[in-house]
Amino acid sequence: MTVMPAEGLFSLMWLLIALPLAGAAILLFTGRRSNAWGPYLGVFTVCASAVLGVLLLIQMMGLPTEERTITQVAYQWVFIGNFSVDLAFQLDQLSMVFILLITIVGSLIHIYSLGYMAHDPDKRKFFGYLNLFVAAMLLLVMANNYLLLYVGWEGVGVASYLLIGFWQYKRSAATAAKKAFIINRVGDVGLSLAIMLMFVTFGSVTFSDVFGSATQASEGTLTAIGLLLLLAAAGKSAQFPLQAWLLDAMEGPTPVSALIHAATMVTAGVYLIARSNVIYNNAEIAAMAVIIVALITIFMGAIIGSAKDDIKKALAGSTMSQIGYMMLAVGLGPIGYVFAIFHLLTHGVFKAGLFLGAGSVMHGMNDNVNMRRYGALRSVMVITFITFMAGYLAIIGIPPFSGFWSKDEIIHAAFERGWFIGGAAVLAAGITGFYMTRMVAMTFFGKKRWETDAHPHESPAVMTIPLIILGLGSTFLGMALLFWGDIEGWLEPVVGYESEPTPLPTSAYIGITLAFVIAGSIIGWITYARREVPIEAPQGNWLTRAARKDLYGDAVNYALVVAPTNYAARALVWFDSRIVDGCVNGSAAIVGGLSGRMRRTQSGFIRSYALSMVGGAVLVLLALVLVRI
Amino acid sequence: MNTYPWLTTMALLPLVGSVIVVLLPKHNTKLAKSVALAFSLATLLTVIAMALNFEPDSQEVFQFAESYTWIPAFGINFSLGVDGIALVLIALAATLVPVVILGGWNEALGSQGSVKGYFALILVLESLMIGVFAATDVFLFYVFFEAMLIPVYFMIGRYGGPQRSYAAVKFLIYSLVGGLFMLAAVIGLYVVSAQITGTGTFDFTTLVGLDIDPDIQKLLFLGFFFAFAIKAPLWPFHTWLPDAAGQAQPGTSVLLIGVLDKVGTFGMIRYCLEIFPAASTFYAPVVIAIAVIGIFYGGFLALKQTDMRRLFAYSSMSHFGIITLGIFVFTSIGQSGSVIYMVAHGLSTAGLFIAAGYLMARRGGSAQLSSFGGVNKVAPVLAGFFLIAALSSLALPGMVSFIGEFMVLLGAFQQYMWVGAIATVGIVLTAAYVLRVYQKSMTGPLNPECEGMKDLNGREITALVPIAALILVLGVFPAPLLNVINPAVDRLMTTVGVTDPEVTYPILSVPASNEGGSE
Amino acid sequence: MDPIYYIYLATLLFSIGAIGVLVRRNAIIVFMSVELMLNAANLVFVAFARMNGNLDGQTVAFFVMVVAAAEVVVGLAIIVQVFRTRQSASIDEPNLLKY
Repeated sequence: MTVMPAEGLFSLMWLLIALPLAGAAILLFTGRRSNAWGPYLGVFTVCASAVLGVLLLIQMMGLPTEERTITQVAYQWVFIGNFSVDLAFQLDQLSMVFILLITIVGSLIHIYSLGYMAHDPDKRKFFGYLNLFVAAMLLLVMANNYLLLYVGWEGVGVASYLLIGFWQYKRSAATAAKKAFIINRVGDVGLSLAIMLMFVTFGSVTFSDVFGSATQASEGTLTAIGLLLLLAAAGKSAQFPLQAWLLDAMEGPTPVSALIHAATMVTAGVYLIARSNVIYNNAEIAAMAVIIVALITIFMGAIIGSAKDDIKKALAGSTMSQIGYMMLAVGLGPIGYVFAIFHLLTHGVFKAGLFLGAGSVMHGMNDNVNMRRYGALRSVMVITFITFMAGYLAIIGIPPFSGFWSKDEIIHAAFERGWFIGGAAVLAAGITGFYMTRMVAMTFFGKKRWETDAHPHESPAVMTIPLIILGLGSTFLGMALLFWGDIEGWLEPVVGYESEPTPLPTSAYIGITLAFVIAGSIIGWITYARREVPIEAPQGNWLTRAARKDLYGDAVNYALVVAPTNYAARALVWFDSRIVDGCVNGSAAIVGGLSGRMRRTQSGFIRSYALSMVGGAVLVLLALVLVRI
Repeated sequence: MNTYPWLTTMALLPLVGSVIVVLLPKHNTKLAKSVALAFSLATLLTVIAMALNFEPDSQEVFQFAESYTWIPAFGINFSLGVDGIALVLIALAATLVPVVILGGWNEALGSQGSVKGYFALILVLESLMIGVFAATDVFLFYVFFEAMLIPVYFMIGRYGGPQRSYAAVKFLIYSLVGGLFMLAAVIGLYVVSAQITGTGTFDFTTLVGLDIDPDIQKLLFLGFFFAFAIKAPLWPFHTWLPDAAGQAQPGTSVLLIGVLDKVGTFGMIRYCLEIFPAASTFYAPVVIAIAVIGIFYGGFLALKQTDMRRLFAYSSMSHFGIITLGIFVFTSIGQSGSVIYMVAHGLSTAGLFIAAGYLMARRGGSAQLSSFGGVNKVAPVLAGFFLIAALSSLALPGMVSFIGEFMVLLGAFQQYMWVGAIATVGIVLTAAYVLRVYQKSMTGPLNPECEGMKDLNGREITALVPIAALILVLGVFPAPLLNVINPAVDRLMTTVGVTDPEVTYPILSVPASNEGGSE
Repeated sequence: MDPIYYIYLATLLFSIGAIGVLVRRNAIIVFMSVELMLNAANLVFVAFARMNGNLDGQTVAFFVMVVAAAEVVVGLAIIVQVFRTRQSASIDEPNLLKY
């Protein structure tokens, strides 16, 4: 694979980032003046990026495979001694698919937001932040080195912070935003240290340099880098043990949850590991750690998703679980990278559709998110219902919907590695069937449990058209990418692809998976569609109660991190004011006290002064006499 | 153009301005402010003009050098000159003064002292700040170093909050104690130079060339370092800072923390490292330990502060730990990063304190976090600038502080892997306290007492725009800084006699092709 | 001529003056005692000048006289002022200038 300089249309690739960035700058700096036209500008910049992205894809498809990695160097960014980092972009097959996902899904969500945020007084700010997010996310996937990737990585973090806390006057939103940022910051420590270790080891942080000489480094170093990158990925992608922020992040407006916390940003961790595939291929322990983290998260997400009554939080649990699948696939190594990205793409589309569908439902239900107050909405929101069903069938993996193709490939790859991993993946697919059926049943089927003032209605066209497009994507994208787009062949030069034999034929695994999914769905259907859903949540068993509390993620964080930090801070405040400052003020007090005593000798009586003078003179004389002798 | 006495001009210009401001009629405060602003802008223009004439790749150690005999009996000269490091710090000072004058337009109102006096003091301080960075004579440096205390003492003591005299006296005496140790070391240095060369000298370049006995170096180093550690301030010599910052007007705090304290770290890099290389390497582990303790100590204390200004003071203490760490790990990345971080920290501190000043002006002088809440709703522009400064303070990638911080941490990691790793954990703490301030003051339900709070006016925005612009532009394009700083750092590394650690698997040339993932 | 007798005399005068300053309360008397001490010093100067055969000591004696005269002017003025306000010339009473 040769790194090609950017020529022709490719020399415009910086525009992909610059367009939304300029949009964000204009929207955020012009203030309230742009409230009227600002949202349209926001939509326009992202759509323009999407068009440019498609043109670049067409251009790239025309190139021979080995010339598809194109680099554009803007200027030398940070440099001193032997440390030099360029502000440079790299376009290859992997970043190309991300660019398309980000810009196209981003455009749809921007358009949807025109309707969803129509009545918000600060809507141009919202579009400004969304533009900022798109620019940062594109920078993340287009950077040609880890340091620049870090800028994008943190840029999406800030955009996410601003958007989760978009309704800042809600205390819960502000807290959730801060929590997301700080937990991500823990992941950033991992990314920072990984970059430092790379520089110390390889003398460069550029992808091509690092990967080019990765095999020369010791396995210990590579393992350390891999584990540090995993920490970063866990933060951004809400994987165990840094998963606690994602559920709270649902405080943000629903389009944000769809774009950032389902389709794009949270998958950045998967991108990071897939991008660093050379490192994981040579560090088995790190790859195994990825698998373990992924499996834990798959089940945590699924269990949380099964217990939440808040439709967005249930979807967030599902997102965690699905990203767990992607992480599992990247952890599997060359047998899985391609399918991780494949699942990432299909998931990006169908999960965005599901979230936007949920937003559409909330829009019609006075922003109520409690599924126990939904029910029987299929007849009043036909378009939302149909598109949601497409997403539903896609996520649980029913052929021929797109999720089936990608998830099935991951499960198959998991079986290639071992029956335990494969079995766990299948079991989790069954739980997926359960919680998604529960969600659909509670929302669209059963009896009406609406609040008295709810008047559900279908959303306006500006919201339903993106839904329809995403619904079509949920249905056909998997087949299109697999059969027409040759996703394996497309990504193979970047991330590698190989296949290992499995004891059973492929169809057997498909059959097992489908059996589990259908069993889960039937249990869900019987529990939540055939029986009455109580408006007040029943107490439930211990697992339900734990899952409602996010499996005690917050409690653990509090006990292990927050409380000790608070304790340490309070102790240090005491130490600082009493001991450190006490020493300073104490020494001042000693001097002051001594002076206070000594000044008593200044009695004001002239004759006593005179006496002391005479005494002093006599002493001096005596001293002189004595010294002479 | 290099024969023109740039440095004397720019050091005298604010001094002349301050005299004129003092002579102006007392009641016409607006005129006094405008004159002060005009002089500070003229100084800034002079600095810019000089910076454009600066040749980064010049072979000379100090450019624009001037020297006039001052006290020939002791070999003391009035010598000025700048290298890249001094240049950027002078530029920082010259940038912040007009910003402070504009941002603190109404600060002196209602205080004990006269309005024109406040602005005259600011100009005097600017003059001394330029002098202290430009001095190339150790004695002259000492004189400027101590003289700077006087205007600041009056700025805190006459224009500060209710506890101002306590804070001012604490600041003055603490700094004087440090200065005294430095004076002893300065005299010691003179004696040592007299012993080695026969004639005593205070000339910096000559002193650097001397081969001082390591044991004497260790002693003299401590004298200098103690003064700089108080000035910077490093743990545990920091307690004057929160008191001073908590009582001073925000504008005073900007100059105090943003520029004045940089003299401490500048002194370490210029005087401690170059004149006492052996002692610096000897004490490096201790200093690094102090620096790392400071990073966390300041962070933890910042978490629990209820007054914004004290909080920023503790956060600055944490950041000074980072700067000092970068200086004493002896890698060119770390040292260059330290200098960049000094600039970045000056900018973010200025942004934070000036925004805090705007908030205080709107809430009757209170900087308590509990006085605010939900300000974003009534004053979004103010909140926006505050957020930019806050994010710069937590070293968000894309801002200039990130480049500085990352380079320092990378430099530390290169030399002492575990020190770098531990210090990196500090970035979580920074995020926690910075976002806590933003959350408590700007978000959440609107504090009823903030109802009807006015957003920024044109003058207030004008003061903050250059800060925000510099933070962002230099973060994306730091080359102007790096071009100037790097040659100075390279020379410094040669003087101290240390080299960067080797990378494990150096890439000699960028390979034309690599295997990618196709194995 | 043995100068030691002049020294003895001067010592005696000086001691009388010093004791006078220390034990007397009346400001005028204290003042006179101070003059006595000054003149004791003068005596020594003149004696040594005579002994050494040069005029340096004589010159100093004149300086001392001038200083004493100036002191008398200022000192008596202060004493008069104090007496007017306090109706007393005791030097123990005005002790306001203390810690």
